[in-house]
Amino acid sequence: MTLRQAQDDMALRQAQDDKVCLRLDGVSKRFGSLSVLDDVSITIRTGERCGIIGPNGAGKSTLFNIIAGELPLSRGSVRFLGNDVTRVSAHTRARRGMARTFQTTTLFPRLTVIENLVLALQAHSAERFTMLVPRSRYRARDHEARALLERVGLGPRADALVDALGYGEKRQIEILLALAQRPKLLLLDEPTAGLAPSDASLVTEMLKREHAGLTMVLIEHDMGVVFDVVERLTVLHYGRVVADGPVEAIRADANVQEIYLGGKV
Amino acid sequence: MSVGRRWIVAAAAGFVVALLLPRLGVPTFYVSLLTQTWIFAIVAMSLDLLVGFTGLVNFSQAALFGVGAYAVAIGATRFHVTAFVPVMALGIVCAMVTAAIFGLVALRSEGVGFIIITIALNEIVWGLAYQWVSVSGGDNGITGIVRPHVGPFDVSENTGYYYVCLLSFAICLVLLLVLVRSPFGLVLKGVRETPRRMRALGYNVWLYRYLAMTISGGFAGVAGVLFAWYNQFVGPVALSLDQSTQILIIVILGGIGTLYGQVFGALVVVFLSNELSAVTQRWEMVLGVIYFAVVMYAPGGLVVLVPRLWNRLLGRRTPVTAEES
Repeated sequence: MTLRQAQDDMALRQAQDDKVCLRLDGVSKRFGSLSVLDDVSITIRTGERCGIIGPNGAGKSTLFNIIAGELPLSRGSVRFLGNDVTRVSAHTRARRGMARTFQTTTLFPRLTVIENLVLALQAHSAERFTMLVPRSRYRARDHEARALLERVGLGPRADALVDALGYGEKRQIEILLALAQRPKLLLLDEPTAGLAPSDASLVTEMLKREHAGLTMVLIEHDMGVVFDVVERLTVLHYGRVVADGPVEAIRADANVQEIYLGGKV
Repeated sequence: MSVGRRWIVAAAAGFVVALLLPRLGVPTFYVSLLTQTWIFAIVAMSLDLLVGFTGLVNFSQAALFGVGAYAVAIGATRFHVTAFVPVMALGIVCAMVTAAIFGLVALRSEGVGFIIITIALNEIVWGLAYQWVSVSGGDNGITGIVRPHVGPFDVSENTGYYYVCLLSFAICLVLLLVLVRSPFGLVLKGVRETPRRMRALGYNVWLYRYLAMTISGGFAGVAGVLFAWYNQFVGPVALSLDQSTQILIIVILGGIGTLYGQVFGALVVVFLSNELSAVTQRWEMVLGVIYFAVVMYAPGGLVVLVPRLWNRLLGRRTPVTAEES
């Protein structure tokens, strides 16, 4: 390869990287002799909304934990916004713009709703190391948090302990915390898990309304939610990608219907 | 009156009473016990910062307390450092450095693993104090510590020293209350509640635990320095595992995550250990029963129980608070 070609090649990669938000390359994960993920490669472009579906035990949550940096991977690499983050800690990935929600609600139960949100809002600011100034001096933060709550109609619950909230409200806060991080990539792990249909549609509305251009990866069992929110689907089965494409194409894919949707939809 | 204001009034009243006590004809013996109470309240608050606000159950607090105390003794007997400010600074720095080293070792683990490592660390420091005779005096400890002058004041007798400890306690309490109400304090509470979510939000959980341990060590050091001057002697008992356990009992008795509650816990433990031990060697059994009763019937600690009993005395009913439910 000549120097010129190499430069062109680099420029091309650079251009591609600019549009790529997240790139998984040959990601594999083994727990002892059990292979949970096998050679998973997925590329997610900036602004794309991608759903990951698959039956229980397909490796969806493991994949999420690897993307977010909570689990080390056995083989492969993770690139985020053009940088290799394979060995980068979870909190550093979060600081670079990754935000995630959890399948089982993972909030701060003995803190108030406001305090929960303030923790998300101040995560990237220097004030998180301020020790000798009371928080009451940081009114602006509280206002910011209150404004976020008002927007989803949870304003009246601002000073309640999260523990005292209803399940639907907790699921909303679960997503609100991630949105408050102003992420460049939002990872949603079954946002509507365990919700009644009316509450689930509340969450779906919230996702569609908020941040139209936000890059999003969504794990979900509820097909209604999936088809409603995402434009592209990746199907995992026994730790392998068995289909990947636009929602309509996947929906029509006979193989997918066979393994996941259990016949015709 | 709002709840917050009522607390401020109560605290101010308590402080004034505490200031006046030695002048009200309280026998010297009790002034001396109260002095001890302030000292143990400080070290218990330092532990509460970890247990109640950061979610770390640390059994090596006595080692940090003891390092502060030995720093005074060794500084005074070998290097002739005896003035108040340099000794206090030396004690705080030594305890913080020890805590920082403990943090490097213990924070590789969490939960039960963390507890066990801190127990081991405490035993190591105790072993050093017990066996490194040339430095620590071994089981005999170090005698000949003299209480310093504080500015123009001679605090070598009990009343004067009482005020030193009371004011130190007040300063530590205010500093810690500000700390837990700061943005950093909120981060610590987040770490206590749900470390996993904190990582997902971008917080370096390890670093915050480490900072909390080091800061807590500094406060334990203050208490240790005061303790060495109080007894004018330091021995390995000061940093035994029993001592660590007792500090934790004070925290739980007083009320985890309250800071000011540690005063009540320290009062009970100090007075029981001194008054009852004059009557029976089995005073710890009585402490055990009280501890059991508090944990069973007032898990929020004495700080919850005392106002409740007070109100019952006055025939009022108290609403059940969040801590009790």
